[in-house]
Amino acid sequence: MDDQQNSDKNNTSAKDRLSALWQVVSVPVAAVLLALLIGAVILAVSGANPIEAYAALLEGSFGSMAAFGRTLSKATPLIFSGLAVAFAFKAGLFNIGAQGQLLFGALASAVAGFAITGLPPFLHTTLSLLIGATAGALFAYIPGALKAYTGAHEVITTIMLNYVAINITDYITDGPLKDTANGNIVARTPEILDSAKIPYLGEIPAGFLLAILAVVVVWWILQRTTLGYEIRTVGLSPHAAKYAGMRVPFTIILTMVISGFLAGMGGAVETLGIVGRYQPGFNVGLGFDGITIALLGKTSPFGIIPAAILIGAMKAGASTMQFEAGVAKEITDVIQALILFFVTADMIVRKLIRSKTENGTGVTLSGWGQE
Amino acid sequence: MTEKIQKEENLALEVRHVTKRFPGVIANDDVSFSLKKGEIHALLGENGAGKSTLMNVVYGLYAQDEGEFLIDNKVVEINGPSDAINYGIGMVHQHFMLVPVFTVAENMILGSEVTKGTSLDLRRAKKEILEISEAYGLKVDPDALVENLPVGVQQRVEILKALYRNANILVLDEPTAVLTPQEAEDLFDVMRELTQKGVSIIFITHKLKEILNVADRVTVMRRGKVVGHTKPSETDAQGLATMMVGRDVLLQVEKTPAKPKEVVLEVNHLKINDERDIEVVKNVSFNVRAGEILGIAGIQGNGQTELIEALTGLRDAKSGEIHLSGEIIPFEKPRYLVEHGMGHVPEDRHKHGLVLAYNLADNTVLNTYYQKPFASKMMVRNDQAVLSNAIELIKRFDVRSPGAHVAAGTLSGGNQQKVIVAREFSRPLKVLIANQPTRGLDVGSIEYIHKEIIKMRDDGVGVIVISAELDEILSLSDRIAIMFRGEIVTIIDAESATREQLGLWMAGANPEMA
Amino acid sequence: MENTNTLPTVTPQQLFFKRWTTTIMVALGIIAITIWQYMLDPQATEAVLASTVRSSTPLVLGALCGLMGERSGVINIGIEGQMLMGAFIGFLANVWTGNLLFSVFAAVFSGAIMGLLLAYMSVTLKMDQIIGGTVINILALGLTGYFYQVGLTTDGKMQSISLGFLADIPIIGPALFNNPPITYATFVLVFLIHYILFHTKWGLRSRSVGEHPRAADTLGVNVFKVRYINVIAGGAIAGLAGAFLTLEAVGSFERAMTNGRGFVALAVMIFGKFTPFGAWGAALLFGFANAIQTQLQFADIQVPHQFIGMFPYILTIIVLSGFVGRTHIPAADGVPYEKE
Repeated sequence: MDDQQNSDKNNTSAKDRLSALWQVVSVPVAAVLLALLIGAVILAVSGANPIEAYAALLEGSFGSMAAFGRTLSKATPLIFSGLAVAFAFKAGLFNIGAQGQLLFGALASAVAGFAITGLPPFLHTTLSLLIGATAGALFAYIPGALKAYTGAHEVITTIMLNYVAINITDYITDGPLKDTANGNIVARTPEILDSAKIPYLGEIPAGFLLAILAVVVVWWILQRTTLGYEIRTVGLSPHAAKYAGMRVPFTIILTMVISGFLAGMGGAVETLGIVGRYQPGFNVGLGFDGITIALLGKTSPFGIIPAAILIGAMKAGASTMQFEAGVAKEITDVIQALILFFVTADMIVRKLIRSKTENGTGVTLSGWGQE
Repeated sequence: MTEKIQKEENLALEVRHVTKRFPGVIANDDVSFSLKKGEIHALLGENGAGKSTLMNVVYGLYAQDEGEFLIDNKVVEINGPSDAINYGIGMVHQHFMLVPVFTVAENMILGSEVTKGTSLDLRRAKKEILEISEAYGLKVDPDALVENLPVGVQQRVEILKALYRNANILVLDEPTAVLTPQEAEDLFDVMRELTQKGVSIIFITHKLKEILNVADRVTVMRRGKVVGHTKPSETDAQGLATMMVGRDVLLQVEKTPAKPKEVVLEVNHLKINDERDIEVVKNVSFNVRAGEILGIAGIQGNGQTELIEALTGLRDAKSGEIHLSGEIIPFEKPRYLVEHGMGHVPEDRHKHGLVLAYNLADNTVLNTYYQKPFASKMMVRNDQAVLSNAIELIKRFDVRSPGAHVAAGTLSGGNQQKVIVAREFSRPLKVLIANQPTRGLDVGSIEYIHKEIIKMRDDGVGVIVISAELDEILSLSDRIAIMFRGEIVTIIDAESATREQLGLWMAGANPEMA
Repeated sequence: MENTNTLPTVTPQQLFFKRWTTTIMVALGIIAITIWQYMLDPQATEAVLASTVRSSTPLVLGALCGLMGERSGVINIGIEGQMLMGAFIGFLANVWTGNLLFSVFAAVFSGAIMGLLLAYMSVTLKMDQIIGGTVINILALGLTGYFYQVGLTTDGKMQSISLGFLADIPIIGPALFNNPPITYATFVLVFLIHYILFHTKWGLRSRSVGEHPRAADTLGVNVFKVRYINVIAGGAIAGLAGAFLTLEAVGSFERAMTNGRGFVALAVMIFGKFTPFGAWGAALLFGFANAIQTQLQFADIQVPHQFIGMFPYILTIIVLSGFVGRTHIPAADGVPYEKE
């Protein structure tokens, strides 16, 4: 689909372009609005004032420069996890394991952040980021290789590996690498050194810029390189890919590894930019958010950015909403589930907005039994 | 009007003015025909003429947009397969509707289960199945798992399934596609016997000879419409072909005698195992010369698929050698073959040949996308080069398409095949392997592709053609190799080959005895 | 058509042993260890077995939920969410009415509603079923978290009912025949669902729809109806698993209290090769590992609980990768059925 747009791009008027843009964004926008609407009904039913609640949510996420910065820093790891999921989708792989890869990335970067000493700030940060991303990549290698060589479906293996990751990281932070400072009893690692922390540029976290860069690079790989063509071909038709002389198992593994690299980077950015150490439970759900974001962004790299900012804003504004409107922040989970529902069940949405756009998510997956 | 017909003859089924539309296509346009009791009525038409759609409407799988059905001269509503079954209609689909992991008995009773209390009564079911299979002389083992049965037996199970439901109208959709000529003869015997027992049969086919052989009457369809009714006694193959296609067709491919040159492909003692690790190609040796067409004939499942997959790099071989212009090729390396002058028109164009979601431009570089000028050394693609190449190929190979930017999935089967032909034939080739090159295509596309294949031969390419249609093999090949149970039984000159003789060899007759 | 040449076939008995050898060996091993252990320390052994049954119950129920759907061709990774919703609604019903039996029905009903939602998404909307399951999970987490208020309390939970002399059988008596109602119901459900799946008309149709829906359709089987009913029934069973947590095991609710049990249930289902008895065996195995771990702690042998926690997941990956035996996954599992 993207190629089609590219080839047509040269000779289209501004108006055509606008309508093409609307074709792309109409379903996600409508899905978000519908989800907010139903969220409002739930709020009203439970006795809260939806307008008050949404106003507080908005204030807490975009109401001030500080709030906006909070939104962006919440969105940063989400861009990475959304990219991770979307990238795997392109090869026809559903990486539910972004969560587990993210945990390893977070933990590994935390370890690099406190254990490696004597490096100058920029270098230490970069190294810690790369170590985190690599940890995620290595962990993603497992389901990739299992899929490529044994046919074990990545959805099941990555679900299982998520729990393996939770257990291993729990064990490490409650055992060998537990923070021993000041008689700490919580399971967590020591704090990372200042030299490993990702700086802020005013209110904007530098990690956000890194995330934007990642988006551009991923887009370029997918659309402009032969590797991207191979990945997309494997995703759309593994048999045709084999016929075409592509190395299908290798491509599957590489895609999972890159996806895990991105997820791991997401965890690392969270650790080095926000939390400052690894603590179990602090990044639960980021990987699953990635699924919502990837689909809301129609699995297109650039679509990930607004999708991640939206979900990030809900997370950033949730505490303000809880504080000011007295609304439990779990309502944002409900809204997120509804967004995921409407953006995937796009035939409902399309009926409502009478749009004739092509199938929206661009996700082509197969069932478990088809191997 | 109903009464008038009633007086005239005894009809099992009458289809009146049926129209069925799909988005963008009228699959059946005001179709009417009638099936007399106890007759074999052939429904003839090219692929895509709407025969199967019509039968799926009759069977209740699709709902018609207009029109009605009469069974035993009464108008009936068929809203689903259960209605059809209740009215005594049974259907044997082209792709068998059997659950592979179920036993024959379980498949037979599904949907019309016999029970004792709340439990399935498999014992009684088996007894009933054996009774019917005795009565019609169609032997099956009720306890066998369907996935372990050969296709011929699976077809028998399908026919019995319909009879088990007391069908007296039997629809057979392209039933001979999976059979040898001899097996097809046996099937025709079964069909004739069934009509003796009062069953009326609708026989869907595009093979003219079968109609002349077995049908009592013929209805011919073209592009969703009925174009005529006739009887085998009143026409011949040429007449039927003309009706089916709408113009005079050459039943023979025009070609000059081959001028074979040096050997370009040599296969020595090739042995191949399949997924279950069973040896399906046993010690096969042959060669192909530049400028000749070698046809490989055989019934589906005798090792041709695996042989071709090994030749084209899609499958590993256990032992043996393949030489491509003198050099030994590595197994399972399709890219090596592309780079050394092998072209491959794959058996399944949707599975292997095309990425349907890709536009034509991306499909025309499916196996050369990484080469210059389509990509730089740094793996960066050159969209402009891909596009202009595609535009040129579309023109040269007469692909009917709005442009290079449309998705391959939106084209007709014939044009999709032309895209593959364009991609493969436009490379410098030494060997061309065309596997079922015209399966499912209309006559126009078939003629075009045959002409292109012969052109390749005349340009000095060594060609291998594999086809389930014996006639295609006979008309294209210069030499014919016959495969049976993983071995090449013999290789003969196409000049001296007869259909009957080939059929016997394909069924396992020993050529030394002949 | 005279030649009835069939390929060599294996008898059902051979097939049974080929499929289950590993499982049978493991089971025999565990029985041997248990008997030996019982002779050394009867009390501890009985405690281990009772704890095994207790922790396996929600897993068995979750797996039964999963396999109802998957056998008829609908992937269900929303077991966790369905269970959580059942737990919460059962808990709320208990808070409001104090009637335990009514609360169980409320839980089962809410699970069925979640099943209906999953069926609607995967059968009618033809959504990707993995995403459908994810929607269920996030939605349940959000809704239960949003409506739950800290401080709600209930009076009591279901009590054990001893089945007289059966409960006095050494070793297994206390574990099997002195249980609260939902645990007994679980035993019954394992047998019942096995019977339904493999010995009734409904089961034959369900399995055919999971393997080759079009074949079933051509024989007049309503694919959509079969899938809907199985997925809803599965949801109801997951709701019962939730009821087990709040009304039988713990007696109260907390946010996200299912704590991954729905996913272990998924593992149990696959490890049990999509059969009720297989799932039961797998759940008991995992429950046993948990129970042993607790005993080891008493004995002051420290095995980090996380290692035991990983056990089901790693075993499932190994099984799935075909390193130990092959599992037949229903051929049409996860593929929406298109009529035209």
